[in-house]
Amino acid sequence: MTEKPGHILQASADDHRIAKLAAIAIGLHLIEAVLPSPLPGVKPGIANIVTLYVLYKFGIGTAAWVSLLRVFAGSLLLGHMLSPTFVLSLSGAIASLLVLFFAIRLPHRWFGPVSLSILAAFAHIGGQLLLVWLWLIPHAGLAYLTPLFALAALVFGIINGLVTARLLSQTDGQRQ
Amino acid sequence: MPVPASRPYRDLKRAIRPGDWLTMLAAVAVILVLFESLWLGETASKVQIRAGNQIHSTLSINQQRVVEVPGPLGITTVVIDHGKARVASDPGARQYCVKQGWLDQAGQVAMCLPNQVSVELLGSRKIHDSLNY
Repeated sequence: MTEKPGHILQASADDHRIAKLAAIAIGLHLIEAVLPSPLPGVKPGIANIVTLYVLYKFGIGTAAWVSLLRVFAGSLLLGHMLSPTFVLSLSGAIASLLVLFFAIRLPHRWFGPVSLSILAAFAHIGGQLLLVWLWLIPHAGLAYLTPLFALAALVFGIINGLVTARLLSQTDGQRQ
Repeated sequence: MPVPASRPYRDLKRAIRPGDWLTMLAAVAVILVLFESLWLGETASKVQIRAGNQIHSTLSINQQRVVEVPGPLGITTVVIDHGKARVASDPGARQYCVKQGWLDQAGQVAMCLPNQVSVELLGSRKIHDSLNY
C-alpha cells in the first residue's frame, strides 16, 4: 500500500487480489456458519480451500492475509468479534498458517494439496483444542472428544484438499 | 469457462500424490492412537481393599477369590473373578456398594461407607479420581 501526498490511499493490485480472495473466503465462512453441525466445533472448513488455493498461487504471505481477514471480517459479520468463538477461530487459523508455512516447502512431487489440507486441518483443531484446554474448559471430558475432532479433521482435510487440487488443475489448464 | 470432461479416476489419481498417502496413513495412525488412549479405559491389574483407615489387602485381579473383610458392622464380602471384582454382600443399610456391581476398569471404586470398606481397582499407574480431589 502506498500513501501519496494529499493522503489518498491507493490500493495496489495485490490489495485488490487479497480483497477479492478474502471476500470469497468470507462468503464460504458465512455459508458454513448456517450449516448444522453434529458436534460443536466439527465443521467442514470450506473457507480453507481458499487459503490453500491462495497459498499455491500467491504464496504464504497472501494466504495469511486472506485467512486472517476472513477470521476478522467473518466474526464481525456473525457478531462473534472478540468473543471466545472469535479467539478460537483466530487460534485455529494461526496454527494452520504456521503449519502451512513449513508444509509448502515439502517436495511438491510427493506432497500435494491433500497433504497440506490434512496437516492444516489437524493444526487447526489442535490449536483450538489447546486454547480450549488452557483457557476455557480444562476438563478431562475434552479428551473424549479429541479423537472425534481428529477424525473430522482427516475426512474434511481430504475433501478440501481434493477440491483444491481440482481448482488448481483447472486454473492451470486455463493458462496453457 | 470450458471445463474439460470429467475423468474422476484419472483426476483423483493425479490429485493424490505418493506422499499424500503417507500423510493420510499417518493421520489415521494418530486418530487410532487417540481413540485407543483416550476412549478405552485402562484395564485394571490389581484390587486394593481398604478397611477403616488401613489397607486390608492388595491382590491381583486375575484370580478367582472371595475375600472377607471385617468392619465395625460385620463382614463385607468381596469377590474377585478374573479381571473384575465386586462387593457381594455388605452389612450396610443401603447396599450402594453391592448395587454397583462388577468393576473392571482401573480407577473404579466401590465404597461401603457404613462398614468402612472400599474396593478400588488399580492400573499400572494411579489415575486421578474424585477421591483424590
